[in-house]
Amino acid sequence: MSWLLALPVILPFATAVLVFLLRSRGAAGRWLSVAGCGLLLVVSILLMAATWREGVIAAQMGGWPAPFGITLVADLLSAVMVLITAITGLAVAVYALADIDERRETLGYHALFQILLAGVCGAFLTGDIFNLYVWFEVMLIASFGLLVLGGDKAQLDGGIKYVTLNLVSTVMFLTGIALLYGLTGTLNMADLHGAVREVENQGLLTVVAVVFMIAFGVKAAVFPLFFWLPASYHTPPVAVSAVFAGLLTKVGVYALIRTFTLIFTEDTAYTHNLLLVVAALTMVTGVLGAAAQNEFRKILSFHIVSQIGYMILGLALYTPLALVGAVFYLVHHIIVKANLFLVSGVAKRLTGSFELSAIGGLYKSSPFLAVLFLIPAFSLAGFPPLSGFWAKFLLVKASLEVEAYLIAAVALVVGLLTIFSMTKIWAEAFWKPHPEGKEPVLSALDARARMALMAPILALATLTIIIGFYPEPFVIFAERSAAQLLDPALYVRAVLGAAT
Amino acid sequence: MNSLILSAATRILVALMLVFSVYMLLRGHNEPGGGFIGGLLATIGIVLYAIAHGSAAARKALRLDPLTIAMGGLGIALLAGVLAVLFGDPFFSGQWSFPFAEGGDKGFPISTVLLFDIGVYLVVVGAVLAIVLGLEEEV
Repeated sequence: MSWLLALPVILPFATAVLVFLLRSRGAAGRWLSVAGCGLLLVVSILLMAATWREGVIAAQMGGWPAPFGITLVADLLSAVMVLITAITGLAVAVYALADIDERRETLGYHALFQILLAGVCGAFLTGDIFNLYVWFEVMLIASFGLLVLGGDKAQLDGGIKYVTLNLVSTVMFLTGIALLYGLTGTLNMADLHGAVREVENQGLLTVVAVVFMIAFGVKAAVFPLFFWLPASYHTPPVAVSAVFAGLLTKVGVYALIRTFTLIFTEDTAYTHNLLLVVAALTMVTGVLGAAAQNEFRKILSFHIVSQIGYMILGLALYTPLALVGAVFYLVHHIIVKANLFLVSGVAKRLTGSFELSAIGGLYKSSPFLAVLFLIPAFSLAGFPPLSGFWAKFLLVKASLEVEAYLIAAVALVVGLLTIFSMTKIWAEAFWKPHPEGKEPVLSALDARARMALMAPILALATLTIIIGFYPEPFVIFAERSAAQLLDPALYVRAVLGAAT
Repeated sequence: MNSLILSAATRILVALMLVFSVYMLLRGHNEPGGGFIGGLLATIGIVLYAIAHGSAAARKALRLDPLTIAMGGLGIALLAGVLAVLFGDPFFSGQWSFPFAEGGDKGFPISTVLLFDIGVYLVVVGAVLAIVLGLEEEV
């Protein structure tokens, strides 16, 4: 069992080493990266099956017993996040076959991409808060490398904003860990669950909780800490920004959910109400920011921010149904958002620009791409019966249940405004004729590039439709996952054994 | 930099630093030291060489691209963790072997822990040199 938990981290690292050594061999490295992601997908499915069967599983690295060694833990939330990471990773690795130029390949794109996946999987699986910090660093280094790889001027500009703000967050995180360790004397998350209840100075513990909230808030890009995201996500190649958009902020959301259901649950009247305010403001500012933009990827970037608000909302309400909504939203959002970025890349290929004013004509010339854009775009906005509808439905229902009418209204209005910016992209990029009279037909790409670019988009869109039309099993899954989050006893027992 | 004193001193200092870095690497198991510090010491030695003879000469002396060294180190560190599976232990459990052990004497103990440290050593040397030499060539 220990191997099943370690493999999602080992595999991408091993792939990274191999593809780096093959980086100037072109096709070999490229396909090895795809194969590594394929294997990761297989392993994550096995991990998913094991957690579904057994509840929470844990493994002690190096045989050092918890709470002293590093523990890897997978409950349903961790397992589904690893699974979705593998799916996104595979989709982007295939897309990268046609999207990444040879110069970036020889500079080590595939190796950095694999290290990023290892960091993301490690962050989802670790049961130790300091180890979580280490995985954040791995992700930060790999993502910074990916962001500036190739060294375009715009990339460096975005990269510096990105790395500076993320370093601030990392320092906050480390400070929080130090304070927490000073208060409790342990770093193991399951052990912390019990230890924080015995801390005499509960006031200081709330301060530590807020420090963590800020640290993870920067990563998750919540209001008012999100501004690095729209400043950087539109600069690198699409195969980079798609994986960033799908996964990176969601690691921050995952860390928030994990710490604020497992560790900081003593003073929910303060912390979770603060989260609720942050969630509302995040939703509103994100969607308003998007309305003001006229660049394909910048609009999508602001929408990440606004969608993060919904997930935080689920955590902030802290009721069973709200957490179901948050988990469902996370899964749905990663697929949809990564897909929209992939579509934006194809649109740019065909029409020559990301600027909405300079492109057009896609609906007439490439109706297939238009349909594939509509699916994730309408899902993002929450059109029934696509996956986003169910996610929003669960969250709005949860807010109505606790009589939080204002936040329910905000969530609905933000959904409407999301449609507004999606229709803006639709009207500008797809409906209006191309300003230079170009005909952006898909057959302009050569057959292999077309396959590599369209296959992942088609696969992710199919997933969105499946979740939309058969939400039942996914909701049942989210319910079980939320039940685990609300009752950490299982998690604690899996990590620390029967002794506690 | 073109300085006779520096290049003459470098010849001895680099050798000493490299040997000392290996010493630090090996003593790291029970005493202060280890792969990280050893790697930094080796890096200082090579950077000194680069200052005295230019970064092109340093790259030539390394034979391998710094990033390749770093990735090779990552591979070795990973291998040290994976080896535990052959013995049916959890990932990263230390595996020990005691050749020449007689009675109470531990002989000549070797372990995957040392292999891991060697991996760290190479990652540090490769990564830091890639940054330093890159910056050196930029200006």
